[in-house]
Amino acid sequence: MGISWYNPRVRSIVYQTGVLAAVIAVVWFFTATAQENLERLNISTGFGFLDTTAGFGIIQTLIPYTEQSSYGRAFLVGLLNTLSVAVIGIVLSTMLGFVIGVARLSPNWLLAKIAAAYVEVMRNIPLLLQLFFWYFAVLRPLPGPAESIEALPGVFLSNRGLILPDPVLDAGAGMFFGALAAAAVAGFVLVRWARARQRATGQLFPALRVAAALIVVLPLLAWAIGGTPFHLEYATRGDFDFSGGVRLLPEFVALVLGLTLYTAAFIGEIVRAGIQSVDRGQGEAAAALGLKDSTTLRLVVVPQALRLIVPPLTSQILNLTKNSSLAVAIAYPDLVAVFAGTVLNQTGQAIEVIAITMAVYLTLSLATSLAMNWYNARIALRER
Amino acid sequence: MSAIDMMGPPQKSGSVLGWLRRNLFSSIGNTVLTLVAAYLLWLTVPPLLNFAIFDAVWTGETREACLGEGKGACWPLVWANFGQFIYGRYPESEIWRVNIVFALGFIALVPMLIPSAPAKRFNVIFLLVVYPLIALVLLAGDRPGLPPVPTSEWGGLLVTLVVAVTGIVVSLPLGIVLALGRRSSMPAIRMLSIIFIEFWRGVPLVTVLFMASVMLPLFLPEGLSPDNLLRCLVGVALFSSAYMAEVVRGGLQAIPAGQYEAARAAGLSYWQTMGLVVLPQALRHVIPGIVNTFIGLFKDTTLVLIVGIFDVLGQVRAQLSDPTWTVPQGALTGYLFAGIVFWIFCFGMSQYSSFMERRLNAGRGR
Repeated sequence: MGISWYNPRVRSIVYQTGVLAAVIAVVWFFTATAQENLERLNISTGFGFLDTTAGFGIIQTLIPYTEQSSYGRAFLVGLLNTLSVAVIGIVLSTMLGFVIGVARLSPNWLLAKIAAAYVEVMRNIPLLLQLFFWYFAVLRPLPGPAESIEALPGVFLSNRGLILPDPVLDAGAGMFFGALAAAAVAGFVLVRWARARQRATGQLFPALRVAAALIVVLPLLAWAIGGTPFHLEYATRGDFDFSGGVRLLPEFVALVLGLTLYTAAFIGEIVRAGIQSVDRGQGEAAAALGLKDSTTLRLVVVPQALRLIVPPLTSQILNLTKNSSLAVAIAYPDLVAVFAGTVLNQTGQAIEVIAITMAVYLTLSLATSLAMNWYNARIALRER
Repeated sequence: MSAIDMMGPPQKSGSVLGWLRRNLFSSIGNTVLTLVAAYLLWLTVPPLLNFAIFDAVWTGETREACLGEGKGACWPLVWANFGQFIYGRYPESEIWRVNIVFALGFIALVPMLIPSAPAKRFNVIFLLVVYPLIALVLLAGDRPGLPPVPTSEWGGLLVTLVVAVTGIVVSLPLGIVLALGRRSSMPAIRMLSIIFIEFWRGVPLVTVLFMASVMLPLFLPEGLSPDNLLRCLVGVALFSSAYMAEVVRGGLQAIPAGQYEAARAAGLSYWQTMGLVVLPQALRHVIPGIVNTFIGLFKDTTLVLIVGIFDVLGQVRAQLSDPTWTVPQGALTGYLFAGIVFWIFCFGMSQYSSFMERRLNAGRGR
């Protein structure tokens, strides 16, 4: 076939060239306009502003930061605040989500109905509204430090946030945590050895139970020999503020609470669907082979359910990370609030700031998907 | 051979007690769970009902009605500002225009949602093309007999619906094009579609809105500066197109290859294959997914308040700082009201989505 319109090869090349040319033209038009506008408005471009002194304070900093620090430092502070909320939110919402998913399938009628109601209420109300509710309607109206609510000994709830006891390391700490690490490594090796032996000889060894015992007993021994590993320093309640203790800001608590409760409803549905998708015959076959209920669950049901749970769970984890940007609405200093909010307003470097912010979220999304894809590939069905 | 005595029916099954025993108290563990669950209910439901109904203030003209110990929700706050929550600051003399838009949308939507209603094709064209144009003319005005109403005066449920409906009207066709592009055999088109889809799915909507409101003006020629709402609509539309594309792609993947091959064998061109054979089947498969995307979009419209546009939630929040209605339980009342509004919309849509899902699966069940 020669060069003719009826040759699909030719047509495909013509179409693609056309589309590419159109895209390039549009991009070129916008870049040229932007350059013109920047010159007209006298806005300098480039990332030099990152080294300039920021001059504003941030209410939660995980790394040293003062008003004299640079915009680049402020960016790091915001990024770490985003990451801390995201990581804590992911862990808590996954745990709560599994509990809710299992509860929805519980033979206990009342529990199943409560879990169902929870899911239907939570996932049909916008997350931003829930954040406003927790922050403006629940946490902010709490009493001040003097009348704060002492939920547990040393745990105070007030309009200053959630105050927890501060764990302070003692002399025995090194030995204690060393023993804990040693027990974990020993347990891991033991489980692998037991599995290999079972494959080779068929002999069973209660590796999990022994490993659990190791993890409890070894640190306790270290405690007895080396002395107390740490003690809790309780906060003291003053008239206007607390002294000592670990303080979680009300913004932080509201954000973690809102993200966790909202995302857990979605994860609960994913878990329920995953468990329900495992054929009833699988469990029956396992029982017919003489496996115990717990073994059936661990070796037959869960591995098959996980295969269906992991891909949508990944997108929920990504959603939670992206949703943490709603922090800006309740003034928690996350990446968007600090960088795309304050820094952008002060410097006016809209293009650079928005580009960096989006690049960070794209990188986080990509990293999370890669990690979850790797995990998914490990547990995926291996067919012949 | 003597007959065995006939066995009676299992005791208590079928009775209320039997049901309780089976479902709530079948074992010690189950009983503990039931008690814990009942305790949870007791902790949450009575206070909520007391606040929202029994202790609530239902009538009153001013904030004084809601002051005092032990009073629950301050519903007069909601009644007094109801118009604002629905229309924002839309001029009172022009509100009939908004009402016509609401009514038209409702009248066109109902037959669309009923599977057996006729003339779906015209209905779709009306809803996706004609209706948005009518709504635009009526709402924005600037025509003879229709004085202009700037978008800065729009608000409340009106803005929520405008953002959500624009999102769906743009994202459906754009999403279909992107989904086809992602499955195209032409590498350049496939790459561009993938980049577009993954970019929008990888960034949070908040940053998209920031981009639309701060960065977009820099990319447009001088003098051409669309107003804030329009810029946000562009952002929301592109954002939801990427999600819609993935939903449609799922539907395309569910169509067996034989359908494509048969269409090719019958001599249909690419667009005929897609338009007459593949898309009608694929889209029907993904109606639940489309509705779910719409629910997500509807909830996400609340984010526009971050860039200074007042949707329902934004209006409620603005109202809470109004000194004439400052009451201690104001925040709880306002957010409870907004929550109920959103819940009714979203729950209704999700019920519709699962109804369609059951309907689609009806033929496949055994």
